[in-house]
Amino acid sequence: MSGAHHIVLIVLFSAAVQSGTTLLYPTIGEIFAERSGILNLGVEGMMIMGAFFGFVVTYITRNPYIGFLAGVLAGGAAALIHAFVSITLRGNQVVSGLALTIFGLGFTNFYGQRWINLRSPVTVSQMSVPLLSKIPYIGPIFFKQDALVYTSYIVAIVMWFILYKTKVGVHLRATGQNARAADAMGVNVYATRYWWTFFGGLLAGAGGAYLTIAYAPFWLDGMTAGRGWIAIALVIFAMWDPLNAMVGAYLFGGIDALQLQLQAVGVTIPSSLLNMLPYLLTLIVIIIATLIVRVKHISAPKELGIPYNREEK
Amino acid sequence: MAEYILQARNITKKFPGVLANDHINFDLKKGEIHTILGENGAGKSTLMNILDGIYYPNEGEIYINGKKANIRSPFDSMRYGIGMIHQHFMLVDTLTVLENVILGLKDQSFFINKKQIADKIIEISDKYKFDLKPFAKIWQLSVGEQQRVEIVKMLFRGADILILDEPTAVLTPQESEALFEILKKMKSEGKSIIFISHKLNEVMEISDRITVLRKGKVIGTVNKEETNPVELAKMMVGREVLFRLQRKPLERGEEVLKVENVEAYNDRGIKVLNKIGFTVHKGEIFGLAGVAGNGQKELAQVITGLRKATSGKVFLLGKDITNQHPLVIANSGTNYIPPDRLKVGLIPNLSSIDNAILRRYRKNPIGSGILVNYKKAREYTESLIEKFNIMVPRIDAPVKLLSGGNMQKLLLAREISENPALLIAVHPTRGLDIGATEFIRKKLLEVRDSGMAVLLISEDLDEILMISDRIGVIYEGRITGIMDAKDADVHKIGLLMAGSTEEESATVH
Ligand SMILES: Nc1ncnc2c1ncn2[C@@H]1O[C@H](COP(=O)(O)OP(=O)(O)OP(=O)(O)O)[C@@H](O)[C@H]1O
Ligand SMILES: [Mg+2]
Repeated sequence: MSGAHHIVLIVLFSAAVQSGTTLLYPTIGEIFAERSGILNLGVEGMMIMGAFFGFVVTYITRNPYIGFLAGVLAGGAAALIHAFVSITLRGNQVVSGLALTIFGLGFTNFYGQRWINLRSPVTVSQMSVPLLSKIPYIGPIFFKQDALVYTSYIVAIVMWFILYKTKVGVHLRATGQNARAADAMGVNVYATRYWWTFFGGLLAGAGGAYLTIAYAPFWLDGMTAGRGWIAIALVIFAMWDPLNAMVGAYLFGGIDALQLQLQAVGVTIPSSLLNMLPYLLTLIVIIIATLIVRVKHISAPKELGIPYNREEK
Repeated sequence: MAEYILQARNITKKFPGVLANDHINFDLKKGEIHTILGENGAGKSTLMNILDGIYYPNEGEIYINGKKANIRSPFDSMRYGIGMIHQHFMLVDTLTVLENVILGLKDQSFFINKKQIADKIIEISDKYKFDLKPFAKIWQLSVGEQQRVEIVKMLFRGADILILDEPTAVLTPQESEALFEILKKMKSEGKSIIFISHKLNEVMEISDRITVLRKGKVIGTVNKEETNPVELAKMMVGREVLFRLQRKPLERGEEVLKVENVEAYNDRGIKVLNKIGFTVHKGEIFGLAGVAGNGQKELAQVITGLRKATSGKVFLLGKDITNQHPLVIANSGTNYIPPDRLKVGLIPNLSSIDNAILRRYRKNPIGSGILVNYKKAREYTESLIEKFNIMVPRIDAPVKLLSGGNMQKLLLAREISENPALLIAVHPTRGLDIGATEFIRKKLLEVRDSGMAVLLISEDLDEILMISDRIGVIYEGRITGIMDAKDADVHKIGLLMAGSTEEESATVH
């Protein structure tokens, strides 16, 4: 393989990681919400809220980290609406989640008008991790990135650890699998669900914010373009495991990156086909995921989407 | 005061449309085993759930060691030393034994100290000879083992008031015996135990005192020494209960069901029916005895078309119905009372009406074209409710709100009203109180007298001996012996159930 090819590939894979980061955050977030038994189909809505507030606050403060934080909180705030409807009011989670998506898209469409096509004046800077970035192939792909990408690695690993090795993880898994038993054993089912739904929103906001702060630092209406749906599909693909989520996110980030590179070198794809791509991808992910999940005899958390009421028979 | 470790005063709990507990007073002495007895729906579980903090009473107080206790959640009850094994186990089946044991414990460190916890679990488990593996997943365990996990869970939390809500309903006789040994040991260590069961012989064996509930009220508390099963049954039901049932002499007719060399596999792909064969005739009850898990469930499924037979044949009135669609089999004259009424027999969230017409909505007059005639459906349901004396909160309330006995009555009513040639009843009285049990058994005898062929599959030997005309024993998916009920005795059947052949058991006899 010639050196030029080499570089092209490394650029492609490195872009795959960045695009994948916009998926990794929300996927991990949704994994934890679902593990607690709450299905939140509002990921797309929470992401675009994060993307919008992340962009605007970065633009105003000229500090991408403050902007990122704002995006994270915006996603979290949006998730609290869903938590209230589905946990406190025991409403239908599918309807509430879809409503949240529509709300997020509508809100940002309305308030985003005057920001359209503005470019962010600052962005996050790339920094090489000492030693690790020297590893051939792996180094330049994974360890010559920005701080927000590194944060996502840490989040994935730490969350994996919390899920399987800590008391909090046991409580979370029990709540999603058998809320009644968890309650009878003294776990606060409502608090657990509120917290992890909120957490899911924080990470969805993070994914959106990363998009407008680092990956594509400008504002366009509806610029999450179906990533929220892909994230929801990736949750199944990842079999509700944060480390598997990395594999899925980078795989689909890679497809996104490839498509951009093809455009850059002049391969033209009809725009209608491009618009279809995220949804086609979601469909593909779901099919692959369902097949894998079936073979491995893994199933979704049993209480997924079912409201809990202690006094109900 | 110190004599009583727990006192409940004037406990009242209302659910929409039901007064489940009506000013209940109940005392638990330190170091006693106190049984709560009562029909289905009497309010036993409700009271226990209040003590455990799952439900909060509308009125009343609870005192622990003479001091008023404020129990608002299971977490609170744990702090007062109360631990409960629920009627339906509270275990998370995808988690390990260890994870289930520490679930909800606030004093555990953030990072789970597996070694230390596992040691403690093994210590408790050794003390009672449980042989539990801390890292096994719950779904891999048998029902008996799962119950032991529940016990360890309570002891791990240092509970000294133990509540066991119908712990023996799902156990084999041997497992129940083992449980009683454990309870006696715990009692000798000073633990106070509340025990619930419908089986009067068990109650007489294990209790110190007995409190009887009826329709949410306390009827009385008696010492075991001063009472007997007949009196208890009367207190519970409010009338005399027949422990023996009247039956007409057998009028055995033509062959209705013939099972021939049938083989089938269970859900895990293991062969559970091994060339099994037997016949059931018109006008008889054929009782199939056996220890749980020897292929009984799968056999009933094969006959009703819910599971594929991989070889062999099933004939109904001479017609081959092997592996036909369940609807075809039902329509050719087979009705079925499945073992799990809430999973297979009824649809929990639908009303009594919708459940009652499940066998009829396709046909006139209840079904008309693509529509269901709900006026007719309601009338039909009302007639069943009256004929079978079923208590429902409202006729259009979801059936999951009915008591176990009433669910079973509705299910039985629906199935036998089709007047089938063959009725298959699997564990028809499991979890039912003595009144409902008597009712169901009487009905089974009644349909037999009217000429139906009944295949009764049960793990309850007393039941099998009480109402069957012929008894077959199933072991590892084959019949190890068939005898007339008058030649049968517990000892002989017990040996066959354990796998010895008829000749062997005959020589022992
Ligand atoms: N969560 C609930 N919501 C509504 N009704 C309920 C609820 N729990 C119990 N009931 C009703 O309260 C009454 C008492 O029920 P409970 O479960 O305490 O009876 P039980 O004595 O334990 O009966 P069983 O022997 O069948 O277990 C029943 O009529 C039941 O239908
Ligand atoms: Mg009960």
